[in-house]
Amino acid sequence: MKRQDFQYGLRDGVPIALGYFSVSFSFGIMALKGGLSVLQAAITSLTNMTSAGQFAGLQIIIAGGTLLEMAATQLIINLRYALMSLSLSQKLSGNVTLWQRFIIAFANTDEIFAVAMSHNRELTFSYMVGLQILPIIGWTSGTACGAVAGSMLPAAINSALSVALYGMFLAVVIPAAKKTRPVLLMVLLAAAISCILYYVPLFQGISAGMSIIICTVAASVVGAIVFPVKEEGGAK
Amino acid sequence: MAILYITVMAFVTYLIRVIPLTFFRKKIENPYIQSFLYYVPYTCLTAMTFPAIFYATNSVLSALAGVVAAVVLAFYNKSLVTVAAAACMAVFLVEHFL
Repeated sequence: MKRQDFQYGLRDGVPIALGYFSVSFSFGIMALKGGLSVLQAAITSLTNMTSAGQFAGLQIIIAGGTLLEMAATQLIINLRYALMSLSLSQKLSGNVTLWQRFIIAFANTDEIFAVAMSHNRELTFSYMVGLQILPIIGWTSGTACGAVAGSMLPAAINSALSVALYGMFLAVVIPAAKKTRPVLLMVLLAAAISCILYYVPLFQGISAGMSIIICTVAASVVGAIVFPVKEEGGAK
Repeated sequence: MAILYITVMAFVTYLIRVIPLTFFRKKIENPYIQSFLYYVPYTCLTAMTFPAIFYATNSVLSALAGVVAAVVLAFYNKSLVTVAAAACMAVFLVEHFL
């Protein structure tokens, strides 16, 4: 382990952990209402580390759906992580071993992926572990606290906290879109497709998870064809 | 019974993450696939944000304030936590005063 990389990772994980704590807090409240125990809610968060996937999974548990339905829903909603893991696999330092990849994969969440990809040093195992530890703790403890404390937070605070993660997404996307025009155009394309899928009645049947996959693949394919990036751009 | 559901969820989610990360240990040379993967984080994060962010808060107006605050601060390269906090603050203020 490289101590300094680990510390950089920890530092970069702090804002993610804070955001996770607040979001998973609301998951904890919902999980308890849905009939899970505090421990079960916390274990769900600890072992899944997803937001959309867990919220959807909870609905299936409450509705008493089948295990197959659970597996299929998770596959669709979380399929975007396959794209992210593929991207991450290209950026990881060559020194990262196979078993280290098995560990890193566990908490390759949207936000951790976003921060890892915008990290402009070598992406080492030490950095990735440091980056993941606090968000895992934040996500799990937030769920437990939410389940225990119930809905004690005022609605206004809950409402405000609910944009925290989106704010972090924008903080990753906007600077890149400002710097390179192709990124700006593809990001606008992704947003446009996303809005079409959301608002046009014809596409109402498409789940949120599926929509994310469609937008990501469509906009990225267009980007790759129209504005292929030169050597090493692939791992920026 | 709940623990069965949770196990299935966790297993599927982990497989999705671990397979691409362990299979592709060599650098991908194809420029089109490289380019595709270059765009993925940005397009994916954007698709998750829009239009979902507009319905995350108590009103579309407060969400819009959050978006504007986040975009402006992100444009000036402020840190993740600053941008996120400003978005929350904007939502809170708009809902409080309007």
